[in-house]
Amino acid sequence: MTEEIIIAGFGGQGVLSMGKILAYSGLMQGQEVTWMPSYGPEMRGGTSNVTVIVSDERISSPILTQYDTVIILNQQSMDKFESTVKPGGILIYDPNGITHHPTRKDISIYKVDAAVAASEMGNQKIFNMIVLGGYLKVKPIVKMENVIKGLKKSIPERNHKLLPLNEQAITKGMEIIEKI
Amino acid sequence: MEKEVKLMKGNEAIAEAVIRAGADGYFGYPITPQSEVIEYLMAEQPWERTGMVVLQAESEVAAINMVYGGAACGKRVMTSSSSPGISLKQEGLTYIAGAELPCLVMNCVRGGPGLGTIQPAQSDYFQTTKGGGHGDYRLIVLAPASVQEMSDFAELGFDLAFKYRNPVMILTDGIIGQMMEKVELKPQKARKTQEEIIKECPWATVGKPTTRERNIITSLDLVAANQEKFNIKLQAKYKEIQEKEVRYEAIKCDDADYILVAYGCSARLCMKAIDLLRANGIKVGLIRPITLFPFPSKILFELANRVKGFLAVELSAGQMVEDVELAVKNKVIVKHFGRMGGMIPSPEEIVEALEQKIIGGK
Repeated sequence: MTEEIIIAGFGGQGVLSMGKILAYSGLMQGQEVTWMPSYGPEMRGGTSNVTVIVSDERISSPILTQYDTVIILNQQSMDKFESTVKPGGILIYDPNGITHHPTRKDISIYKVDAAVAASEMGNQKIFNMIVLGGYLKVKPIVKMENVIKGLKKSIPERNHKLLPLNEQAITKGMEIIEKI
Repeated sequence: MEKEVKLMKGNEAIAEAVIRAGADGYFGYPITPQSEVIEYLMAEQPWERTGMVVLQAESEVAAINMVYGGAACGKRVMTSSSSPGISLKQEGLTYIAGAELPCLVMNCVRGGPGLGTIQPAQSDYFQTTKGGGHGDYRLIVLAPASVQEMSDFAELGFDLAFKYRNPVMILTDGIIGQMMEKVELKPQKARKTQEEIIKECPWATVGKPTTRERNIITSLDLVAANQEKFNIKLQAKYKEIQEKEVRYEAIKCDDADYILVAYGCSARLCMKAIDLLRANGIKVGLIRPITLFPFPSKILFELANRVKGFLAVELSAGQMVEDVELAVKNKVIVKHFGRMGGMIPSPEEIVEALEQKIIGGK
Protein backbone atom coordinates (compact mmCIF):
# COMPACT_ATOMS: atom_id res chain seq x y z
CA MET A 1 0.00 0.00 0.00
CA THR A 2 1.25 3.46 -0.92
CA GLU A 3 -0.96 6.52 -0.39
CA GLU A 4 0.19 9.84 -1.82
CA ILE A 5 -1.73 12.84 -0.47
CA ILE A 6 -1.56 16.60 -0.75
CA ILE A 7 -3.34 18.89 1.71
CA ALA A 8 -3.70 22.50 0.55
CA GLY A 9 -5.26 25.60 2.05
CA PHE A 10 -4.49 28.91 3.77
CA GLY A 11 -1.61 29.33 6.19
CA GLY A 12 -3.15 29.12 9.68
CA GLN A 13 -5.76 26.46 8.80
CA GLY A 14 -3.60 23.76 10.33
CA VAL A 15 -2.62 22.19 7.02
CA LEU A 16 0.94 21.35 8.10
CA SER A 17 -0.06 20.00 11.52
CA MET A 18 -2.84 17.87 10.01
CA GLY A 19 -0.24 16.36 7.69
CA LYS A 20 2.11 15.82 10.59
CA ILE A 21 -0.52 14.00 12.65
CA LEU A 22 -1.34 11.78 9.66
CA ALA A 23 2.36 11.02 9.13
CA TYR A 24 2.87 10.26 12.82
CA SER A 25 -0.18 7.94 12.76
CA GLY A 26 1.41 5.99 9.89
CA LEU A 27 4.68 5.84 11.78
CA MET A 28 2.89 4.48 14.87
CA GLN A 29 1.67 1.51 12.88
CA GLY A 30 5.12 0.82 11.50
CA GLN A 31 4.78 2.30 8.04
CA GLU A 32 7.21 4.43 6.09
CA VAL A 33 6.19 8.11 6.02
CA THR A 34 7.32 11.33 4.34
CA TRP A 35 6.02 14.83 5.14
CA MET A 36 7.14 17.50 2.69
CA PRO A 37 5.90 21.08 3.16
CA SER A 38 5.91 23.69 0.44
CA TYR A 39 8.42 26.16 1.76
CA GLY A 40 9.49 29.50 0.48
CA PRO A 41 9.37 33.16 1.47
CA GLU A 42 5.76 32.72 2.63
CA MET A 43 3.61 34.85 4.87
CA ARG A 44 0.53 34.66 7.06
CA GLY A 45 -2.68 34.43 5.05
CA GLY A 46 -0.83 32.99 2.06
CA THR A 47 -1.39 29.52 0.67
CA SER A 48 0.19 26.53 2.34
CA ASN A 49 0.42 22.90 1.30
CA VAL A 50 2.01 19.68 2.42
CA THR A 51 2.61 16.36 0.71
CA VAL A 52 2.22 13.28 2.92
CA ILE A 53 3.17 9.80 1.75
CA VAL A 54 2.33 6.71 3.80
CA SER A 55 3.61 3.39 2.48
CA ASP A 56 4.49 -0.19 3.34
CA GLU A 57 7.58 0.21 1.18
CA ARG A 58 10.54 2.57 0.95
CA ILE A 59 9.30 5.97 -0.24
CA SER A 60 10.74 7.48 -3.40
CA SER A 61 10.06 11.07 -4.44
CA PRO A 62 8.67 13.58 -1.91
CA ILE A 63 7.91 15.85 -4.88
CA LEU A 64 4.91 14.70 -6.91
CA THR A 65 2.61 15.98 -9.63
CA GLN A 66 -0.26 13.51 -9.13
CA TYR A 67 -1.87 12.29 -5.93
CA ASP A 68 -4.16 9.46 -4.79
CA THR A 69 -6.00 11.92 -2.55
CA VAL A 70 -6.16 15.72 -2.71
CA ILE A 71 -7.60 17.64 0.25
CA ILE A 72 -8.56 21.21 -0.65
CA LEU A 73 -9.41 23.93 1.85
CA ASN A 74 -9.60 27.14 -0.20
CA GLN A 75 -10.39 28.36 -3.72
CA GLN A 76 -6.76 29.03 -4.75
CA SER A 77 -5.91 25.44 -3.89
CA MET A 78 -8.95 24.18 -5.82
CA ASP A 79 -7.77 26.08 -8.90
CA LYS A 80 -4.27 24.67 -8.54
CA PHE A 81 -4.82 21.09 -7.39
CA GLU A 82 -8.13 19.72 -8.80
CA SER A 83 -6.24 18.62 -11.91
CA THR A 84 -3.59 16.76 -9.85
CA VAL A 85 -5.92 14.00 -8.60
CA LYS A 86 -4.97 10.69 -10.28
CA PRO A 87 -7.80 9.33 -12.46
CA GLY A 88 -9.93 7.22 -10.12
CA GLY A 89 -8.51 9.11 -7.14
CA ILE A 90 -10.21 11.13 -4.43
CA LEU A 91 -10.81 14.84 -3.92
CA ILE A 92 -12.03 16.03 -0.53
CA TYR A 93 -12.93 19.68 0.03
CA ASP A 94 -14.57 22.05 2.45
CA PRO A 95 -17.18 24.06 0.48
CA ASN A 96 -16.79 27.05 2.81
CA GLY A 97 -15.47 29.93 0.65
CA ILE A 98 -15.45 27.81 -2.53
CA THR A 99 -17.04 29.58 -5.50
CA HIS A 100 -15.95 27.17 -8.26
CA HIS A 101 -16.82 23.64 -7.22
CA PRO A 102 -14.88 20.69 -8.67
CA THR A 103 -16.16 19.41 -12.00
CA ARG A 104 -14.09 16.32 -12.80
CA LYS A 105 -16.06 13.16 -13.58
CA ASP A 106 -13.19 10.63 -13.46
CA ILE A 107 -12.58 10.95 -9.69
CA SER A 108 -14.58 10.53 -6.47
CA ILE A 109 -15.46 13.86 -4.85
CA TYR A 110 -16.36 14.29 -1.19
CA LYS A 111 -17.50 17.34 0.73
CA VAL A 112 -16.76 17.93 4.41
CA ASP A 113 -18.35 21.02 5.99
CA ALA A 114 -15.56 21.32 8.54
CA ALA A 115 -15.50 25.12 9.05
CA VAL A 116 -19.22 25.14 9.92
CA ALA A 117 -18.89 22.08 12.17
CA ALA A 118 -15.88 23.60 13.96
CA SER A 119 -17.77 26.78 14.82
CA GLU A 120 -20.77 24.69 15.97
CA MET A 121 -18.36 22.83 18.25
CA GLY A 122 -17.12 26.21 19.48
CA ASN A 123 -13.47 25.90 18.49
CA GLN A 124 -12.04 26.90 15.09
CA LYS A 125 -8.73 25.25 15.93
CA ILE A 126 -10.17 21.73 15.56
CA PHE A 127 -11.12 22.48 11.94
CA ASN A 128 -8.20 20.45 10.60
CA MET A 129 -9.04 17.44 12.78
CA ILE A 130 -12.61 17.40 11.38
CA VAL A 131 -11.12 17.33 7.88
CA LEU A 132 -8.74 14.55 8.94
CA GLY A 133 -11.71 12.56 10.29
CA GLY A 134 -13.50 12.93 6.98
CA TYR A 135 -10.43 11.70 5.12
CA LEU A 136 -10.00 8.68 7.41
CA LYS A 137 -13.65 7.71 6.87
CA VAL A 138 -13.06 7.60 3.10
CA LYS A 139 -9.55 6.13 3.30
CA PRO A 140 -9.00 4.29 6.58
CA ILE A 141 -5.26 3.86 5.93
CA VAL A 142 -4.42 4.22 9.62
CA LYS A 143 -6.24 2.69 12.59
CA MET A 144 -7.95 5.09 15.01
CA GLU A 145 -5.80 3.88 17.92
CA ASN A 146 -2.69 4.86 15.92
CA VAL A 147 -4.18 8.26 15.09
CA ILE A 148 -4.58 8.87 18.84
CA LYS A 149 -0.98 7.78 19.38
CA GLY A 150 0.06 10.08 16.52
CA LEU A 151 -1.85 12.97 18.10
CA LYS A 152 -0.11 12.38 21.42
CA LYS A 153 3.28 12.54 19.70
CA SER A 154 2.43 15.65 17.66
CA ILE A 155 0.79 17.77 20.36
CA PRO A 156 3.00 19.20 23.11
CA GLU A 157 2.40 17.52 26.46
CA ARG A 158 0.99 20.72 28.02
CA ASN A 159 -1.89 20.50 25.52
CA HIS A 160 -2.74 16.83 26.10
CA LYS A 161 -5.90 17.94 27.91
CA LEU A 162 -7.19 18.80 24.43
CA LEU A 163 -6.84 15.20 23.18
CA PRO A 164 -10.53 14.27 23.82
CA LEU A 165 -11.67 17.37 21.89
CA ASN A 166 -9.45 16.41 18.96
CA GLU A 167 -10.81 12.87 19.06
CA GLN A 168 -14.38 14.23 19.02
CA ALA A 169 -13.46 16.40 16.03
CA ILE A 170 -12.15 13.38 14.11
CA THR A 171 -15.38 11.50 14.87
CA LYS A 172 -17.41 14.52 13.77
CA GLY A 173 -15.57 14.61 10.44
CA MET A 174 -16.28 10.91 9.92
CA GLU A 175 -19.99 11.62 10.47
CA ILE A 176 -20.43 14.65 8.25
CA ILE A 177 -18.38 13.78 5.17
CA GLU A 178 -20.60 13.10 2.15
CA LYS A 179 -20.04 11.89 -1.37
CA ILE A 180 -21.09 14.22 -4.18
CA MET B 1 16.28 -2.50 23.98
CA GLU B 2 13.31 -0.87 22.26
CA LYS B 3 14.13 1.15 19.17
CA GLU B 4 13.74 4.90 19.49
CA VAL B 5 11.79 5.98 16.41
CA LYS B 6 10.70 9.57 15.75
CA LEU B 7 9.23 11.74 13.01
CA MET B 8 11.78 14.48 12.39
CA LYS B 9 12.92 17.03 9.84
CA GLY B 10 16.29 16.29 8.27
CA ASN B 11 17.79 19.35 9.95
CA GLU B 12 16.46 18.26 13.36
CA ALA B 13 17.63 14.67 12.83
CA ILE B 14 21.23 15.69 12.21
CA ALA B 15 21.18 18.04 15.20
CA GLU B 16 19.98 15.25 17.51
CA ALA B 17 22.43 12.78 15.94
CA VAL B 18 25.36 15.11 16.55
CA ILE B 19 24.53 15.24 20.27
CA ARG B 20 24.25 11.45 20.35
CA ALA B 21 27.53 11.01 18.45
CA GLY B 22 29.24 12.54 21.49
CA ALA B 23 30.04 15.90 19.90
CA ASP B 24 31.82 18.47 22.04
CA GLY B 25 30.63 21.58 20.27
CA TYR B 26 28.48 23.18 17.58
CA PHE B 27 29.20 26.69 16.31
CA GLY B 28 26.90 28.26 13.77
CA TYR B 29 25.07 31.22 12.39
CA PRO B 30 21.44 30.85 11.22
CA ILE B 31 20.47 30.81 7.54
CA THR B 32 17.47 29.33 5.70
CA PRO B 33 16.91 26.46 4.88
CA GLN B 34 18.97 24.98 7.75
CA SER B 35 18.23 27.24 10.73
CA GLU B 36 16.41 24.32 12.41
CA VAL B 37 19.83 22.83 13.24
CA ILE B 38 20.80 25.61 15.67
CA GLU B 39 17.16 26.13 16.75
CA TYR B 40 16.88 22.46 17.70
CA LEU B 41 20.21 22.46 19.52
CA MET B 42 19.33 25.61 21.48
CA ALA B 43 15.95 24.17 22.46
CA GLU B 44 17.42 20.78 23.34
CA GLN B 45 20.17 22.30 25.52
CA PRO B 46 22.74 19.52 25.09
CA TRP B 47 25.01 21.28 27.59
CA GLU B 48 22.60 19.87 30.18
CA ARG B 49 22.57 16.38 28.60
CA THR B 50 26.23 15.77 27.70
CA GLY B 51 28.13 18.98 28.34
CA MET B 52 28.21 19.78 24.60
CA VAL B 53 28.69 23.47 23.81
CA VAL B 54 26.27 25.18 21.40
CA LEU B 55 27.13 28.69 20.37
CA GLN B 56 25.65 31.16 17.92
CA ALA B 57 28.70 32.96 16.59
CA GLU B 58 28.68 36.57 15.36
CA SER B 59 29.21 35.39 11.77
CA GLU B 60 29.89 32.34 9.61
CA VAL B 61 33.59 33.27 9.52
CA ALA B 62 33.72 33.30 13.31
CA ALA B 63 31.88 29.97 13.51
CA ILE B 64 34.29 28.09 11.21
CA ASN B 65 37.27 29.51 13.11
CA MET B 66 35.74 28.36 16.41
CA VAL B 67 35.53 24.93 14.78
CA TYR B 68 39.22 25.27 13.79
CA GLY B 69 40.12 26.00 17.40
CA GLY B 70 38.00 23.17 18.83
CA ALA B 71 39.36 20.68 16.30
CA ALA B 72 42.94 21.68 17.14
CA CYS B 73 42.23 20.55 20.71
CA GLY B 74 41.04 17.12 19.49
CA LYS B 75 37.37 17.93 20.11
CA ARG B 76 34.49 16.64 17.99
CA VAL B 77 33.14 19.90 16.58
CA MET B 78 30.67 20.91 13.91
CA THR B 79 29.28 23.85 12.01
CA SER B 80 26.49 24.07 9.45
CA SER B 81 25.17 26.64 7.02
CA SER B 82 23.62 27.07 3.59
CA SER B 83 25.35 28.04 0.34
CA PRO B 84 26.17 31.76 0.87
CA GLY B 85 27.27 31.01 4.43
CA ILE B 86 29.37 28.05 3.28
CA SER B 87 31.15 30.36 0.82
CA LEU B 88 32.10 32.55 3.79
CA LYS B 89 33.55 29.50 5.57
CA GLN B 90 35.90 28.50 2.73
CA GLU B 91 38.99 30.22 4.12
CA GLY B 92 38.54 28.41 7.42
CA LEU B 93 37.96 25.10 5.64
CA THR B 94 41.16 25.25 3.63
CA TYR B 95 43.11 26.15 6.78
CA ILE B 96 41.54 23.18 8.61
CA ALA B 97 42.36 20.89 5.67
CA GLY B 98 45.88 22.35 5.56
CA ALA B 99 46.35 21.80 9.29
CA GLU B 100 44.97 18.24 8.91
CA LEU B 101 42.24 18.61 11.49
CA PRO B 102 38.97 16.66 11.80
CA CYS B 103 35.62 18.43 11.79
CA LEU B 104 32.08 18.05 10.50
CA VAL B 105 30.39 20.66 8.29
CA MET B 106 26.91 20.54 6.79
CA ASN B 107 25.82 22.53 3.72
CA CYS B 108 22.05 22.58 3.18
CA VAL B 109 22.29 23.88 -0.38
CA ARG B 110 19.96 26.58 -1.72
CA GLY B 111 19.62 28.15 -5.15
CA GLY B 112 22.45 30.44 -6.27
CA PRO B 113 24.66 32.13 -7.27
CA GLY B 114 24.98 34.96 -4.77
CA LEU B 115 22.20 35.15 -2.20
CA GLY B 116 20.03 33.29 -4.72
CA THR B 117 16.87 31.73 -3.30
CA ILE B 118 16.00 29.67 -0.23
CA GLN B 119 14.66 26.71 -2.24
CA PRO B 120 16.61 23.47 -2.74
CA ALA B 121 19.52 23.17 -5.18
CA GLN B 122 22.63 21.05 -5.79
CA SER B 123 24.73 23.73 -7.41
CA ASP B 124 27.52 23.65 -4.80
CA TYR B 125 28.89 20.31 -6.07
CA PHE B 126 32.01 21.83 -7.67
CA GLN B 127 32.69 23.97 -4.60
CA THR B 128 32.36 20.97 -2.29
CA THR B 129 34.13 18.23 -4.22
CA LYS B 130 36.80 20.14 -6.13
CA GLY B 131 38.06 22.56 -3.51
CA GLY B 132 36.08 25.64 -2.61
CA GLY B 133 38.94 27.22 -0.75
CA HIS B 134 42.44 27.60 -2.20
CA GLY B 135 45.13 24.94 -2.49
CA ASP B 136 45.24 21.25 -3.39
CA TYR B 137 42.92 19.87 -0.73
CA ARG B 138 39.83 17.67 -0.63
CA LEU B 139 36.91 17.27 1.71
CA ILE B 140 35.32 13.89 2.34
CA VAL B 141 31.76 14.49 1.10
CA LEU B 142 28.67 12.57 2.23
CA ALA B 143 25.32 13.03 0.46
CA PRO B 144 22.29 11.87 2.48
CA ALA B 145 19.08 11.06 0.57
CA SER B 146 16.75 10.56 3.54
CA VAL B 147 16.16 11.85 7.05
CA GLN B 148 17.54 8.53 8.35
CA GLU B 149 20.81 9.16 6.52
CA MET B 150 20.94 12.74 7.84
CA SER B 151 20.93 11.11 11.27
CA ASP B 152 23.33 8.25 10.46
CA PHE B 153 25.92 10.40 8.70
CA ALA B 154 26.63 12.55 11.78
CA GLU B 155 28.49 9.73 13.51
CA LEU B 156 29.92 8.37 10.24
CA GLY B 157 31.13 11.88 9.43
CA PHE B 158 32.96 12.25 12.75
CA ASP B 159 34.46 8.75 12.41
CA LEU B 160 35.83 9.49 8.93
CA ALA B 161 37.03 12.96 9.98
CA PHE B 162 39.08 11.52 12.85
CA LYS B 163 40.25 8.46 10.91
CA TYR B 164 41.81 10.66 8.21
CA ARG B 165 42.28 13.92 10.14
CA ASN B 166 40.28 15.66 7.44
CA PRO B 167 37.20 17.88 7.33
CA VAL B 168 34.01 16.04 6.31
CA MET B 169 31.16 17.82 4.53
CA ILE B 170 27.58 16.60 4.61
CA LEU B 171 26.18 17.99 1.35
CA THR B 172 22.41 18.14 1.54
CA ASP B 173 19.64 20.40 0.27
CA GLY B 174 16.42 22.14 1.25
CA ILE B 175 14.28 19.08 0.49
CA ILE B 176 16.16 16.65 2.73
CA GLY B 177 16.60 19.34 5.40
CA GLN B 178 12.95 20.44 5.48
CA MET B 179 11.04 17.18 5.03
CA MET B 180 10.03 14.95 7.92
CA GLU B 181 10.50 11.19 7.85
CA LYS B 182 10.76 8.28 10.20
CA VAL B 183 14.14 8.14 11.86
CA GLU B 184 15.58 5.51 14.15
CA LEU B 185 17.86 7.25 16.61
CA LYS B 186 21.14 5.77 17.78
CA PRO B 187 21.86 5.46 21.50
CA GLN B 188 23.79 8.27 23.20
CA LYS B 189 27.58 7.90 22.98
CA ALA B 190 29.65 9.40 25.75
CA ARG B 191 31.83 12.39 24.87
CA LYS B 192 35.56 11.61 24.85
CA THR B 193 37.30 12.30 28.12
CA GLN B 194 40.44 14.45 28.12
CA GLU B 195 42.50 11.29 28.78
CA GLU B 196 40.97 9.60 25.74
CA ILE B 197 41.66 12.65 23.55
CA ILE B 198 45.32 12.76 24.71
CA LYS B 199 45.66 9.05 23.91
CA GLU B 200 43.78 8.99 20.58
CA CYS B 201 44.90 12.37 19.20
CA PRO B 202 48.65 12.64 19.86
CA TRP B 203 48.71 15.66 17.51
CA ALA B 204 46.18 17.71 19.49
CA THR B 205 47.09 20.84 21.45
CA VAL B 206 46.11 19.60 24.88
CA GLY B 207 48.87 21.10 27.03
CA LYS B 208 52.55 20.14 26.73
CA PRO B 209 53.85 17.45 29.05
CA THR B 210 57.62 17.27 29.73
CA THR B 211 57.84 13.97 27.83
CA ARG B 212 57.45 15.38 24.29
CA GLU B 213 57.97 18.44 22.10
CA ARG B 214 55.09 20.87 21.84
CA ASN B 215 52.37 20.17 19.24
CA ILE B 216 51.97 22.94 16.66
CA ILE B 217 48.80 23.30 14.62
CA THR B 218 49.45 25.33 11.49
CA SER B 219 48.97 25.33 7.73
CA LEU B 220 52.01 27.57 7.16
CA ASP B 221 55.42 26.37 6.04
CA LEU B 222 57.46 28.98 4.20
CA VAL B 223 60.02 26.47 2.90
CA ALA B 224 58.63 25.43 -0.48
CA ALA B 225 60.36 22.04 -0.45
CA ASN B 226 58.73 21.23 2.89
CA GLN B 227 55.36 22.44 1.67
CA GLU B 228 55.63 20.22 -1.39
CA LYS B 229 56.51 17.25 0.82
CA PHE B 230 53.43 18.01 2.89
CA ASN B 231 51.28 18.24 -0.27
CA ILE B 232 52.57 14.83 -1.42
CA LYS B 233 51.54 13.41 1.95
CA LEU B 234 48.08 15.00 1.62
CA GLN B 235 47.64 13.55 -1.87
CA ALA B 236 48.60 10.09 -0.60
CA LYS B 237 45.87 10.47 2.05
CA TYR B 238 43.27 11.44 -0.57
CA LYS B 239 44.32 8.45 -2.69
CA GLU B 240 43.84 6.15 0.28
CA ILE B 241 40.38 7.70 0.86
CA GLN B 242 39.53 7.07 -2.82
CA GLU B 243 40.59 3.44 -2.47
CA LYS B 244 38.85 2.68 0.83
CA GLU B 245 35.87 4.94 1.39
CA VAL B 246 33.72 4.89 -1.77
CA ARG B 247 30.07 4.42 -0.88
CA TYR B 248 27.11 4.20 -3.23
CA GLU B 249 23.74 2.50 -3.63
CA ALA B 250 22.79 0.60 -6.80
CA ILE B 251 19.04 0.38 -7.41
CA LYS B 252 17.63 -1.92 -10.12
CA CYS B 253 20.90 -1.88 -12.09
CA ASP B 254 21.18 -5.65 -12.70
CA ASP B 255 19.03 -5.77 -15.84
CA ALA B 256 19.19 -2.06 -16.71
CA ASP B 257 19.75 -0.72 -20.23
CA TYR B 258 20.07 2.85 -18.97
CA ILE B 259 21.45 4.30 -15.73
CA LEU B 260 20.40 7.45 -13.91
CA VAL B 261 23.11 8.91 -11.66
CA ALA B 262 21.82 11.14 -8.86
CA TYR B 263 22.57 11.98 -5.23
CA GLY B 264 20.54 13.48 -2.38
CA CYS B 265 17.02 14.68 -3.19
CA SER B 266 17.54 14.05 -6.92
CA ALA B 267 18.05 10.36 -6.21
CA ARG B 268 14.61 10.26 -4.59
CA LEU B 269 13.03 11.93 -7.64
CA CYS B 270 14.85 9.40 -9.86
CA MET B 271 13.53 6.42 -7.86
CA LYS B 272 10.00 7.53 -8.77
CA ALA B 273 11.02 8.16 -12.40
CA ILE B 274 12.42 4.60 -12.56
CA ASP B 275 9.07 3.18 -11.41
CA LEU B 276 7.30 5.18 -14.14
CA LEU B 277 9.81 4.09 -16.82
CA ARG B 278 9.76 0.43 -15.83
CA ALA B 279 5.94 0.47 -15.93
CA ASN B 280 6.43 1.30 -19.63
CA GLY B 281 8.92 -1.52 -20.14
CA ILE B 282 12.06 0.65 -20.14
CA LYS B 283 14.74 -0.96 -17.99
CA VAL B 284 16.39 1.81 -15.98
CA GLY B 285 18.55 1.68 -12.87
CA LEU B 286 20.01 4.22 -10.48
CA ILE B 287 23.50 4.69 -9.12
CA ARG B 288 23.20 6.90 -6.07
CA PRO B 289 26.61 8.18 -4.94
CA ILE B 290 26.66 8.36 -1.14
CA THR B 291 30.21 9.71 -1.09
CA LEU B 292 30.73 12.46 -3.67
CA PHE B 293 34.41 12.55 -2.79
CA PRO B 294 35.52 9.84 -3.20
CA PHE B 295 33.26 9.49 -6.27
CA PRO B 296 32.04 5.98 -7.23
CA SER B 297 33.79 6.02 -10.63
CA LYS B 298 34.63 2.31 -10.76
CA ILE B 299 31.03 1.04 -10.75
CA LEU B 300 30.08 3.55 -13.47
CA PHE B 301 33.07 2.43 -15.58
CA GLU B 302 32.00 -1.21 -15.16
CA LEU B 303 28.35 -0.49 -15.98
CA ALA B 304 29.44 1.39 -19.10
CA ASN B 305 30.52 -1.97 -20.58
CA ARG B 306 26.95 -3.22 -20.70
CA VAL B 307 24.45 -0.30 -20.60
CA LYS B 308 23.47 2.04 -23.42
CA GLY B 309 23.71 5.39 -21.67
CA PHE B 310 23.83 7.46 -18.49
CA LEU B 311 21.76 10.48 -17.45
CA ALA B 312 23.13 12.56 -14.55
CA VAL B 313 20.21 14.20 -12.77
CA GLU B 314 21.11 17.07 -10.45
CA LEU B 315 19.61 20.41 -9.41
CA SER B 316 22.32 22.38 -11.21
CA ALA B 317 23.49 23.38 -14.69
CA GLY B 318 25.55 20.18 -14.81
CA GLN B 319 28.36 19.66 -12.30
CA MET B 320 28.44 16.01 -11.16
CA VAL B 321 27.91 15.01 -14.80
CA GLU B 322 31.60 15.87 -15.39
CA ASP B 323 32.63 13.17 -12.90
CA VAL B 324 30.25 10.72 -14.61
CA GLU B 325 31.86 11.56 -17.97
CA LEU B 326 35.35 11.04 -16.51
CA ALA B 327 34.26 7.65 -15.14
CA VAL B 328 32.51 6.43 -18.30
CA LYS B 329 35.41 7.52 -20.54
CA ASN B 330 33.30 8.02 -23.68
CA LYS B 331 32.27 4.35 -23.82
CA VAL B 332 28.58 5.30 -24.09
CA ILE B 333 26.46 8.45 -24.16
CA VAL B 334 26.40 10.62 -20.98
CA LYS B 335 24.03 13.57 -20.64
CA HIS B 336 22.81 15.90 -17.92
CA PHE B 337 19.33 16.94 -16.86
CA GLY B 338 18.52 19.40 -14.13
CA ARG B 339 16.67 22.50 -13.02
CA MET B 340 18.30 25.53 -11.43
CA GLY B 341 17.83 28.35 -8.97
CA GLY B 342 15.62 26.40 -6.54
CA MET B 343 13.26 24.82 -9.09
CA ILE B 344 12.60 21.10 -8.66
CA PRO B 345 11.89 18.82 -11.64
CA SER B 346 9.01 16.37 -11.41
CA PRO B 347 9.71 12.64 -11.86
CA GLU B 348 7.80 12.95 -15.18
CA GLU B 349 10.30 15.56 -16.40
CA ILE B 350 13.13 13.11 -15.66
CA VAL B 351 11.31 10.41 -17.65
CA GLU B 352 11.00 12.82 -20.57
CA ALA B 353 14.67 13.85 -20.33
CA LEU B 354 15.84 10.22 -20.43
CA GLU B 355 13.61 9.47 -23.41
CA GLN B 356 14.75 12.52 -25.37
CA LYS B 357 18.41 12.90 -24.41
CA ILE B 358 19.51 9.27 -24.03
CA ILE B 359 17.08 6.80 -25.63
CA GLY B 360 16.37 9.07 -28.60
CA GLY B 361 19.72 10.89 -28.35
CA LYS B 362 22.92 10.53 -30.32
